[in-house]
Amino acid sequence: MAFKIASSPHVSTSLQTNKVMQRVALCLIPGILAQVYFFGMGTLVQILIAVITCLSAEAAIMKLRNKSIKNALSDNSALVTAVLIAVAIPPLTPWWMTVIGCFFAIVIVKHLYGGLGNNIFNPAMAAYVLLLVSFPLQMTNWVAPSELAANQVSITAAFAHIFELSTAGLDHFRIAVDGHTMATPLDTFKTDLSMGMTSSESLQRNVFDGMTGVGWFWVNLAYLAGGLIMLKLKVIRWHISVGILMAIFVCSGIGFLLNPDTHASPMLHLFSGGTMLCAFFIATDPVTAATSTRGRLLFGAIIGVLIFVIRTYGGYPDAVAFAVLLANMCAPFIDYYIRPRSYGHRAGN
Amino acid sequence: MTNYREIAWQGLWKNNPGLVQLLGLCPLLAVTATVTNALGLGLATLIVLVGSNILVSLVREYVPKEIRIPVFVMIIAALVTCVQLLINAYAYGLYLSLGIFLPLIVTNCVIIGRAEAFASRNNVTSAAFDGLMMGVGFTAILVVLGGMRELLGQGTLFDGAELLLGDWASSLTIQVFNVDTPFLLAMLPPGAFIAMGLLIALKNVIDDKIEQRKPQQEAEIIARARITKVG
Repeated sequence: MAFKIASSPHVSTSLQTNKVMQRVALCLIPGILAQVYFFGMGTLVQILIAVITCLSAEAAIMKLRNKSIKNALSDNSALVTAVLIAVAIPPLTPWWMTVIGCFFAIVIVKHLYGGLGNNIFNPAMAAYVLLLVSFPLQMTNWVAPSELAANQVSITAAFAHIFELSTAGLDHFRIAVDGHTMATPLDTFKTDLSMGMTSSESLQRNVFDGMTGVGWFWVNLAYLAGGLIMLKLKVIRWHISVGILMAIFVCSGIGFLLNPDTHASPMLHLFSGGTMLCAFFIATDPVTAATSTRGRLLFGAIIGVLIFVIRTYGGYPDAVAFAVLLANMCAPFIDYYIRPRSYGHRAGN
Repeated sequence: MTNYREIAWQGLWKNNPGLVQLLGLCPLLAVTATVTNALGLGLATLIVLVGSNILVSLVREYVPKEIRIPVFVMIIAALVTCVQLLINAYAYGLYLSLGIFLPLIVTNCVIIGRAEAFASRNNVTSAAFDGLMMGVGFTAILVVLGGMRELLGQGTLFDGAELLLGDWASSLTIQVFNVDTPFLLAMLPPGAFIAMGLLIALKNVIDDKIEQRKPQQEAEIIARARITKVG
């Protein structure tokens, strides 16, 4: 009788990589729709650019490595990376930045480390950090939510802006858009606190509606819904997501209870920026996360604590990308020190 | 060990201090944001390396083995101080932009490494030639890395060359393409690490190609101390 030996987590699944990745991409749709509704059509254009760049880069590098291009493209992992980059960056980012980011994600972060399954860092988040570090100005200009902007960013205006077209016919689209970029709610909140305002004063601004940022609450809610569908479909397991959300809730709850004037409420932390996108779609990347059950909880908790710490005390308003990359570095150690009990052995090793 | 061709080949390519021995990574990564800085630091290192190799080779018979390292460091420190004062006097702008990395040449592992591994065991002429070739190899890597980073980062080459070469050199600056927004990653240390990794990969590819082209010809192996400590 042959025993099937599999690497941890010792759960057999009928899902192949391409199916998993396909479902992840499909579950992103509610969030994308919410983002398009609140922040205009730019996101769709970004997805288009990112998907084309990522798939071409993947095909080119597989050709260089003498491997099957068809297999690599059909596993859909480059597609998911592309969509994650596209939804993470500001919707009206110039096209060449998206291209640089996608190229970096696929070529440097993924394939120079050995391709799918071997990369240490999450490609999408590494690309985001690359862009944020290299082009801080463009990366902190988010589109104003449609409720605050006079007119929504149409698909033509988005194209004109992203591709930096300046023909006479399109100029008025660009100008119409230029007036409507602004800092994200988390950014506004951070700037206000650093200028000596209290958190309740900052929340009076028009980018907030009482508790969270205008639009952002619904975007995060949509990603949460997509994430719950993924849980239901058993595409991901709950440990990492719960670890992140619990850690953010506990940390920000303690901070808010101790000093509500200088801390964001748990609500603002959970439903702003990329929290839900990170918790369900980014941190749950099976390649770069810890593999055991307890390890995943710890991995998630590390991300959650880091998000809170960087948002509250660090230099960047949203910390998802940095938190994920730092936790990626910890993942091998977590796997080393937290090993599941082997069948027939005592607890411990 | 007085085969000059072999010494040149070792210093420039086969045992290149930047690409193969990975010595002196600290200045290599820190000051190569522009070609000018890279060239300035490379030349300063080159001068110190030749000088220290000559001096160490001259005194090698008289220095007791037990205290040779402190003596070598003293020699190198004296030379670095001279070079630093010279640059301070004649290229003040470069002196400012190189900053702490100029005095830090003292701790550059290439120099102490060559003093210990080569100059203390060979005669003056071959030690001087080895210092020259190692220095040229190191400078070449610095300049290539600086060129890559400057080109990617701000789209220019030889920006600020007048700091090194005098006012006439300001016309050397080449604006290869115009960028509205500098690509900061290339200018920051992570960009240097990535570019360095790509250069090493490129060298390995070239070596593989050469190896494939002439499989029957065995290269003569020279036993030499390889120092792999990174400094």
